[in-house]
Amino acid sequence: MEFRSVLTTCPYCAVGCNMLLQVLDDQIVSTLPAKTGPSNEGSLCIKGWNVHEFVQHQDRLTTPSLRQNDSLKAVTWDQALDHAASELTRLKDTYGPESVAFVGSARCTNEETYVFQKFARAVFGHNHVDHCARL
Amino acid sequence: MTNSFKELESANCILAIGTNTTVAHPIGSMRLMRAKSNGAKLIVADPRRTQIASLAHLHIQHRLGTDVALINGLMHIIYKNGWHNQAFIEERTENFPALAEVIEQFPPERTSEITGVPVDQLKQAAEWYSRSESSAICYVLGITQHSTGTDNVKSLANLSMLCGQIGRPSTGVNPIRGQNNVQGACDMGCLPNVLPGYQYITVPENLEKFAKAWNAKLSPTPGLTMVEQIDAILDGKFKGLVVFGANPVTSYPDVNRVEKAMQALEFLLVMDIFPTPTSAFAHVVLPACSFAESDGTYSSSERRVQRVRPAIPPIPGKANWETLQELSTRMGYPLKYTCGEDIFNEMASLTPAFGGMSFARLNEKGLCWPCPTADHPGTQYLHQGRFSRGLGMFNAIDYRPPAEAPDKDYPFWLTTGTLFTHYLTGTMTRRCPTLHHENPVVEVEINPEDAQRLHIEAGEEIQATSRRGTIKARALVTTKVRPGVVFIPLHYAENAANRLTNAALDPVTKTPEYKVCAVNLAKSA
Repeated sequence: MEFRSVLTTCPYCAVGCNMLLQVLDDQIVSTLPAKTGPSNEGSLCIKGWNVHEFVQHQDRLTTPSLRQNDSLKAVTWDQALDHAASELTRLKDTYGPESVAFVGSARCTNEETYVFQKFARAVFGHNHVDHCARL
Repeated sequence: MTNSFKELESANCILAIGTNTTVAHPIGSMRLMRAKSNGAKLIVADPRRTQIASLAHLHIQHRLGTDVALINGLMHIIYKNGWHNQAFIEERTENFPALAEVIEQFPPERTSEITGVPVDQLKQAAEWYSRSESSAICYVLGITQHSTGTDNVKSLANLSMLCGQIGRPSTGVNPIRGQNNVQGACDMGCLPNVLPGYQYITVPENLEKFAKAWNAKLSPTPGLTMVEQIDAILDGKFKGLVVFGANPVTSYPDVNRVEKAMQALEFLLVMDIFPTPTSAFAHVVLPACSFAESDGTYSSSERRVQRVRPAIPPIPGKANWETLQELSTRMGYPLKYTCGEDIFNEMASLTPAFGGMSFARLNEKGLCWPCPTADHPGTQYLHQGRFSRGLGMFNAIDYRPPAEAPDKDYPFWLTTGTLFTHYLTGTMTRRCPTLHHENPVVEVEINPEDAQRLHIEAGEEIQATSRRGTIKARALVTTKVRPGVVFIPLHYAENAANRLTNAALDPVTKTPEYKVCAVNLAKSA
């Protein structure tokens, strides 16, 4: 058996509590508060203590899917990305780059969000990129 | 936040307005409790009697949407009694005469009439806030999610400057952000008007810097915000939508209208960790990694950039940035990042507030921006000695009522918010058995007087209807809400409170008025 304890930051509210995910053979089995966390100093709320319960939940999306005859069918990454790229290119070429809008997330990492807005701005040449800050 | 969480413990007075802090940020609320134990006066202003309200020295239960009147009224009392900080006003601010003119119009009696708050409570709050050595304001979406959200925030800024309660430790105007990386998403320029680090797209030097670094042609025209995007889809302007980690078909106001927009799209791409009501409309769904599979950073509410580390390999097989990179590359704009740190370093090189940060420096306790150089210790609180714009600007703001008020067809005020067990649209927390067990179904809080009048029993299923839609909810009969006001949490996709809410927007920030609309209640057929 392989055990690891991984120091990270809680994905819920923006207090930014530091937590330790307890990993046994690639299963996150529990969550502990980190005493070194500047904003939580060893505490977590009920959501934080139970955060591992959703990560490996059976409902997680694991493979891409594509709409075919009104329902979503599992496809490979290449099929999904090729189709998405060709559809976005088709809209861009048919209706102009301002025909596609972008909604990012206040839950993703800074790095993911940076790439997301860069993709929208650089590839489509507009600024119709927003996220749920106002929600 | 202008200041940091730990500083709140040393404040002498805390005014928490429009923040259900023990529920939405339990660990942040600990600082408020500790401040109270240390002798601070705790004032909570909230139309509901929340847990933190019941623990406060003073609970101001003002009417929904009357925040500007309340704050102007407090400033009136402070100014008339000479409790304002004249030296601070003279040295650090401008435009005070315009403010003085407006607050003159809010004597205690008129303020009390608009807000429903007794005059003696207004006087007590004004005195505690203005005359304490260090007073901090905390607020959240109860202030911003109004058609007057910008006015509300500017009014709080006015109050802090009037009393000189900003730019020092344990003071300030502190929005406690509701989502783990809402600060970071703004910091990263995921907004229609700014590039990373709040560098305005309308400033030619900013645009040139990024255009050169990215080798791309960029637009100087601000884009549309999320709710405006829905309008633009329905008007036929947008044919495609790319949604990354968001669930508009539960979280946006007026969900019935959002569904029509999703149906109207020629192409909808959704990337998420779980199937959602939004992904049900998608043409392509891409699986995403959760925080526990991601390598990168979040920015917390106190502007602290902290590390996020992967505990397990990506469940979908790819990191989220890899997916975006592969899509971009397929569209003829190749990206060649090798890891999260690689992306962070590029961002930091273009973003002065992050310029001194690196993963090596962040690894221990993170750093609060601005942190412009590699030897800069980060910034615990903002506006020391000087505001970002130089002098602090007073904005003279008059009171405007909410966009929709109760009438004979829709006689109740509805306000929405969160529960202690759940987060946003519940896609994560409602899948946690421990949390789900606590609050399995949507409940509408209704005052006992109203319940009795409508013959509604506690626990009975009732219908709530607005001009935009209808949902079912179980009646929770409670004095947390005043007669005439009901509260519905926003977490339940199957009976989404946002089928009822009004998409009236603040004219500046375009934030929807989630916190106020009119509804009717009836027993279920």
